[in-house]
Amino acid sequence: MTHLAELPVWAQLLAAFFILVGAVVTLIGAVGLLTLRDFYDRIHTPTLGSTWGTGGILLASIIIFSVLQSRPVLHEVLIAVFVTVTMPVVLMLLGRAALYRDRTEGVETVPSMEAVSGLVEDAPETDGK
Amino acid sequence: MSATLLMWSVTLAHVLLAVAMVCQAIRFIRGPRAQDRVMAFDAFYISSMLLLLTFGIRTGTTLYFEAALVISLLGFVSTVALAKFLMRGEVIE
Repeated sequence: MTHLAELPVWAQLLAAFFILVGAVVTLIGAVGLLTLRDFYDRIHTPTLGSTWGTGGILLASIIIFSVLQSRPVLHEVLIAVFVTVTMPVVLMLLGRAALYRDRTEGVETVPSMEAVSGLVEDAPETDGK
Repeated sequence: MSATLLMWSVTLAHVLLAVAMVCQAIRFIRGPRAQDRVMAFDAFYISSMLLLLTFGIRTGTTLYFEAALVISLLGFVSTVALAKFLMRGEVIE
C-alpha cells in the first residue's frame, strides 16, 4: 500500500487511467463473449482482452515500477509480445477447427468446401476428400 | 499525496476483471459446443493473467508477474492442444 503513495501525481494519474482502460476493455470483451449469438461472432471477442486489455494493464505496470525503481523496467514487454504473437495463432486454429467440425456435420450456415473452391481459381482438388 | 485514486482504480479493476471472469465462466458452462468452451477457456486465462498483474501492481512484488507469465505460456500450449484435438481427434500425430 505504501509504495504507491511514493509515486508522483502524474504517474499515479497515468497508471490509474491505463489500469481502468485495460479492465474496462477486457470486461467489454467478456460481455460480448456472453451475449453474442453465433460462434463466428463470439470468436472476435477474446481479442479485446489480448490487445488493449493486456496492453493497458502492462503499460500501467511499466509506468509504476519504472518510476518507483528510477530505471526502465521492461520485463512486462515479454508478456505483451507473447500474448500478441500467440492470440492470432490460437484463434485461427480454433476457427479452422470449428469450420471443419461444422462442415463435417453439414451445418447450413457455413460455406461448403465446394462453394469456396469455386471462388478461388487455383483451389486444390476436393474430389478425393 | 496519498495514492487514493490509484488504489481505488486498482480495486475497481479487480472487480471488473472478476466480473469478466464470471461472464467467461458462464459461457464455459453453457457451451453450447466444444469450440465455444475452448474459446471461453482461452479468454478466461487471459483475464486471470490480467487479474494477477493488477495484484502485482497493488502489492509491489514481481512474484505475481512471473505467475502471470507462466499462465500465459501454459494457456497458449493447452489451447493449441485442445484446438488440434477438435480438428483431428488427436493431439500429436
